[in-house]
Amino acid sequence: MNKFWIILAHTYMSKVKSKSFIITTVVTLLIIIGMSNLSKVMDYFNKGEASDEIAVVDESGTLYSPLKEQVESVNEEITLTKFPGNEKAAKEAIRDGEYDGLLLIRLNSTGLPEATYQAMTIADTTTANEIKNSLQQIKTQLAATQMELSTEELAKLYEPVDFQQIALEKNAKTEEELNQARGLVYVLLFVIYFSVILYANMIAMEVATEKSSRVMEILISSVSPIKQMFAKILGIGLLSMTQMAVLLGVGYVSIKQNLDSMQGGFFSFFGFGDIPLATIVYAVVFFILGYFLYATLAAFLGSLVSRIEDIQQMITPMTMLIVAGFMIAMFGLGQPETPFITISSYIPFFAPMLMFMRVGMLSLPIWEPILAIAILIVTIILLAIFGARVYRGGVLMYGRSNSFKDIKKALQLTKNEKNKL
Amino acid sequence: MVLKIENITKRFGAFTAVNDLSLTIPEKEMFGFLGANGAGKTTTFRMILGLMDSSEGEISWNGKPINYSTSRYIGYLPEERGLYPKLKVKEQIVYLARLRGMEKGEAQQELEKWLERFKVPEYANKKVEELSKGNQQKIQFIAAVLHKPQLLILDEPFSGLDPVNVELLKEAVLDLKKNGSTIVFSSHRMEHVEEMCEHLCIMHKGSPVVHGSLRGIKKSFGKKNVVIHADFPLDFLKEFPGVIKYKMTAEGIHLQITGEEIASNILKEIVPNGFIRKFALEEPSLNDIFIEKVGASYE
Repeated sequence: MNKFWIILAHTYMSKVKSKSFIITTVVTLLIIIGMSNLSKVMDYFNKGEASDEIAVVDESGTLYSPLKEQVESVNEEITLTKFPGNEKAAKEAIRDGEYDGLLLIRLNSTGLPEATYQAMTIADTTTANEIKNSLQQIKTQLAATQMELSTEELAKLYEPVDFQQIALEKNAKTEEELNQARGLVYVLLFVIYFSVILYANMIAMEVATEKSSRVMEILISSVSPIKQMFAKILGIGLLSMTQMAVLLGVGYVSIKQNLDSMQGGFFSFFGFGDIPLATIVYAVVFFILGYFLYATLAAFLGSLVSRIEDIQQMITPMTMLIVAGFMIAMFGLGQPETPFITISSYIPFFAPMLMFMRVGMLSLPIWEPILAIAILIVTIILLAIFGARVYRGGVLMYGRSNSFKDIKKALQLTKNEKNKL
Repeated sequence: MVLKIENITKRFGAFTAVNDLSLTIPEKEMFGFLGANGAGKTTTFRMILGLMDSSEGEISWNGKPINYSTSRYIGYLPEERGLYPKLKVKEQIVYLARLRGMEKGEAQQELEKWLERFKVPEYANKKVEELSKGNQQKIQFIAAVLHKPQLLILDEPFSGLDPVNVELLKEAVLDLKKNGSTIVFSSHRMEHVEEMCEHLCIMHKGSPVVHGSLRGIKKSFGKKNVVIHADFPLDFLKEFPGVIKYKMTAEGIHLQITGEEIASNILKEIVPNGFIRKFALEEPSLNDIFIEKVGASYE
């Protein structure tokens, strides 16, 4: 077997079998399954919880029944009970835990309702808001009656305005499609962002570990550093594919199965109902390119440090680039057509996330993503050539190495050795 | 299978690590490298291995340059010991051997033999970080020799080992030599080089100060040592013509003299003084030569 494949297989196998890999994968899987079953989980916990009992002291004498009816029709988990005593006695009852809250209602001078809500804590705003909304409706009705408005007139007043957005471009996405795309792109951006950071870090760590444990000197006396670097990048790349395939596969099945319970909720907003194939393909392509771009960068940065402790310092600028790309992409989700986003999406270090975001959100002519992909590939090749030279010298350098001057030093060490590449 | 080093020089910026070194190491020989820290031994080894290119000069193995196509035939024990701390001994030795071009099955068999020989068969499935330093070194040594290299480069192979393990490793090195490997090694300890090498080279600040066969070097050094154990005072010998160094020992004195004839002069001088328990003319030790040439004690 070629030495390249031996290293690749070794990198892949030793990582796949490692405890940390298995644990991260399992934990992430659990989170994915948990998220996709979120509504079931929430239902399960809500069932056990008793409803909120609110004591009502009604000074008007007329508001209690309509309010109770209104509140309980909206939310079954709130029960209003008329409190027989005065305010002071009611407060006592709350302190004793008989009720969860106290509502004082009365009519003000203009004959409209006003209320005070008291509870031990007011951290839970849901209950108070529900009651407030119900009371608001009653107030509206009372006010309408005072103004002698008919029910029809009232309905007219509250009817929402008819407002539609229509895109004129032929392939432009409809508003609904855009919302869906935004959700999907948002999730996939996160996936790209996290995985690129994670795996690029893994590469840098791997190289730094070999260097700091000094096994590097044996390795480079057997196999050329260039071969090692690329075998390692590909090995970890395969590892990332394995992890992604497992996560996406399980996630897909789990979401499909729970689709009914999610209809109309959080997930349909995120566009999981019907996933457009093109978006997924672009996500995979840009993920792979992004991975190679940053993995190459990480590998040669990793080759410059001699102690593992220095690795974070060395790759922080790279992490910053990824974070910057992600931030711009997040900002761009709301306005993907601004010139700033368009231009940034051709900058190699931002392209994986930004061009993917644009391609997912807009209907771009095909040459745009292809141009970005081409730019990325060229950058990766340039970076690989440059990185390989730094790597060759870098792996032999020991001592304090915290600065980017070391890149120059490493290049000098490699000089005159190009013919060996 | 001659290792030929011709006029190599290595410069790092303004600093010259190795200066105009020429050596010829014949096949199946054991060649010793001596030198203080920073003398340029490791740099020379790295150049021999092709890890670094020389600024000037050529290195060839059997007439051909050493590069990744010859890595199957070369074994290397680096000075800075290094193995994957988290990997099991078997996993990593087999991995490293495969990178040298060995088949997996063969590597496993050879590993078993070596572990048996070093009396540590139970380490095969232990992680390296769980082993003591001395035992890690044995594993490191196995990693260097498992693929039966024709050219073996050992950078300080015995440092940090206890005497029992030094013997174990020395025997292994001698066996490898018997089986036809050419071995180049540097050592911290003069006596190891003295005991094992036919040829040697003493490096000082990047330049070879002495090199050649052990016997030749000792002969051309000229100076000899004289050991005298006697019951009468010997301090007058301090001023004796031809005596370079005078050292008191528990039982007598230890002299360094300029040549053999001085010894007979001394003997003539002291015989009338009384009973002499011991009078010996000795070859200079490598340590003496080293101190003389390098100008400072090595250890």
